[in-house]
Amino acid sequence: MGKLKHLLAATVALSLAGPAVAAAEDIKMGALATLEGAFTALGEDGLRGVKLALEEFDYMAGGKKIELITGSSDASPDSAIRAVRKLVEQDKVQLVIGPLSGSEGLAVKDYAKTQPNVTFLNGSSAAQDTTLRSPAENFFRFNTEGAQWMAGLGEYAYNEKGYRNVAVLAEDYSFPYTQVFGFLEPFCRLGGKSAIDARFWVPIGNKDYSSVIAALPDDVDAIFVALGGADAVNFLTQYEQSGGDLPLIGGSITVDQSVLGSKGKARSFVVGTPSAGPVSDTWDDPRWKEFVGAYQKAFPDGFPSPSLFAHAYYVNTKAALLALNEVNGDLSDGEKKFREALSKLSFETPTGMVSVDERRNAIADIFLTEVSEGPDGNLLNKTIKVIPQVNQTLGVSYDKFLEYGQVGRENPTCG
Amino acid sequence: MARVMRNFVERHTFWAIVLLLVVALFLLMIFAVWPDWLVEAMGRKKTFVNTLLNGITLGGLYFLVASGFTLIFGLMRNVNLAHGSMYLLGAYIGYEVADRTGNWFLGLAVAFVAVALSGILLQVLIFRRMADDDLRQTLVTIGISIIAADAMLAIWTGTTYQFSPPDWLFGATTLPVVSVVKSSGAAVYIKYPVFRLVVLAIAVAVGIGLWVFLNRTRIGMMIRAGVNDREMLSASGVNVQLVFVLVFAIGAGLAGFAGVIGGTALSVAPGEDIRYLLASLVVVIVGGLGSISGAAIGALIIGLAEQFGLAYFPTYGVVLTFLIMVVVLAVRPQGLMGGR
Repeated sequence: MGKLKHLLAATVALSLAGPAVAAAEDIKMGALATLEGAFTALGEDGLRGVKLALEEFDYMAGGKKIELITGSSDASPDSAIRAVRKLVEQDKVQLVIGPLSGSEGLAVKDYAKTQPNVTFLNGSSAAQDTTLRSPAENFFRFNTEGAQWMAGLGEYAYNEKGYRNVAVLAEDYSFPYTQVFGFLEPFCRLGGKSAIDARFWVPIGNKDYSSVIAALPDDVDAIFVALGGADAVNFLTQYEQSGGDLPLIGGSITVDQSVLGSKGKARSFVVGTPSAGPVSDTWDDPRWKEFVGAYQKAFPDGFPSPSLFAHAYYVNTKAALLALNEVNGDLSDGEKKFREALSKLSFETPTGMVSVDERRNAIADIFLTEVSEGPDGNLLNKTIKVIPQVNQTLGVSYDKFLEYGQVGRENPTCG
Repeated sequence: MARVMRNFVERHTFWAIVLLLVVALFLLMIFAVWPDWLVEAMGRKKTFVNTLLNGITLGGLYFLVASGFTLIFGLMRNVNLAHGSMYLLGAYIGYEVADRTGNWFLGLAVAFVAVALSGILLQVLIFRRMADDDLRQTLVTIGISIIAADAMLAIWTGTTYQFSPPDWLFGATTLPVVSVVKSSGAAVYIKYPVFRLVVLAIAVAVGIGLWVFLNRTRIGMMIRAGVNDREMLSASGVNVQLVFVLVFAIGAGLAGFAGVIGGTALSVAPGEDIRYLLASLVVVIVGGLGSISGAAIGALIIGLAEQFGLAYFPTYGVVLTFLIMVVVLAVRPQGLMGGR
């Protein structure tokens, strides 16, 4: 009887220890996205991107199994820090994919500096200063950022559309600042105007735009709108309801799938709106088509076509997995080898080649697009032009680019 | 009503005159063509009139949500922090029905009934078990709101939903208010979304309906008696529990009803529950807990503050709402219309 007891105890102990030993060999990957608040739909699509990349690798990289742990934030920096601290300090993840939103990225970058043994790969956050000024050694961004995304749009609005004076409507945080800077910098250099008092900054999650719409000036040629998620849907509906008739120019997430693919009344009046960003729904390229096919197959209840959030999370996750394969899953010595591999990585994504610069920010192709109606009534972003290999300093030297100053509500002044 | 007004005028003659002057000034600003110096100082007239109307209509929407909230509190002394979840639930249910049947009005009706039923369930299954235990009720309603938010996210995902109201409700109408007179002498009239005017009309109708119900019917009399003294009411032979269930059903149903109205005027997305709960809380704190007229005044003030803030100083507009709340709490802690 005594023996049996011991045997039982040993069996229990072994069966408990078994998975624990195996778990130590696994690589724990944390994924952080906005699953609450105004950007929920965006965060859900971001996680679809992570899963798509992991499934492509069968949840294996460098000979080890990848265990995915997700964290949720609501687009505010403090919620992102709370979630990422939980992932790093409680769940003990070895690498983090995320966050989604601009100001979250700035906060997570600063947190990364306090966790030198963990490697952070961005999700889709696209504020300029996450990598431009005082970057963190262990924070990588394999997606391009807000100002890069606008490449070519300012020139297009001035030269092709003939706009000379634009109003600006954007959310009041770092990412739209970056987008407005990216759009206005070339637009104003060509001679375009955008008065400071014709720029409207609203808080994230604002629902009622009717008063802002009423305050928009009449004497402009177009409105540059940089709103995301539910905010953009609300603005577009209310703009149509109030009989607004000025043409729009879209920020990268204002007329992308997370907005065009929302449920309810069709927003057909945005057809023809120019925009620019890291993806284009109708890009006629086998790499992109394969990605869209895989997305549609894996997520029948997702958007008609993957949004730039799914794309950015996918690219960052894939970069992590490729680098893990290269170092055979070796994360010892403060993940040194893994980071070296990441820095040197250059790989094919659904939107062309991606590599990172010396501040670990992506260099990649950007798409100039226009909203058009798809074959089955879906609204899609049609490719007008591909701008190859845009870097973070938009073609000028690092020092010269810093002279443009930090992005903000009044940069560029452009009177 | 008339007697209340006469009392007010007699007791506070000075303030009555100030109030009249302010109203007259607003009317003048709406209907007169603005001279150049005023445009210089205030911006265009179109902005001002639109913002004013937006504030009033948003106040109407806030009133629809907050009236149920304040009704439930007034009678049961129960701060139902799941009120925002009921708003969102009503919006989603209404969307499903309206989307499947193509009838927006049916969606509105079903949302009211379904959420009223959920309110009855909540009252019978949960609140009745913990009557007179405020802290427990508050914590339980917070718990319910968190669970409900996650459950709704699981069912309806994070996508933004937008109702398709009948065409005659969608689009803009021309108001008989002149914006500017062009140099050619032609007057430019102000355009305004039809649906927002409908929101206002519905809010006024609901407000009048509630007032009549509470002040002119037998059940309303019981409810008012219950607000003043619950024990006395039950001692005089009224089934208080039944009155509670009825009030809870009306309060919850109004939240669901407002969900469809608000979802049509704006949109439906996760996070709305917290937003409208917060708005209701601010409205009833400003207006006075438990008072329907307080909810109406509070909703109007908060709606106007939010919209004027957004139009004239968007960056700091949010502060204005809370500034008003702080001032009211400092000067009149029981709220503008709240009793002692």
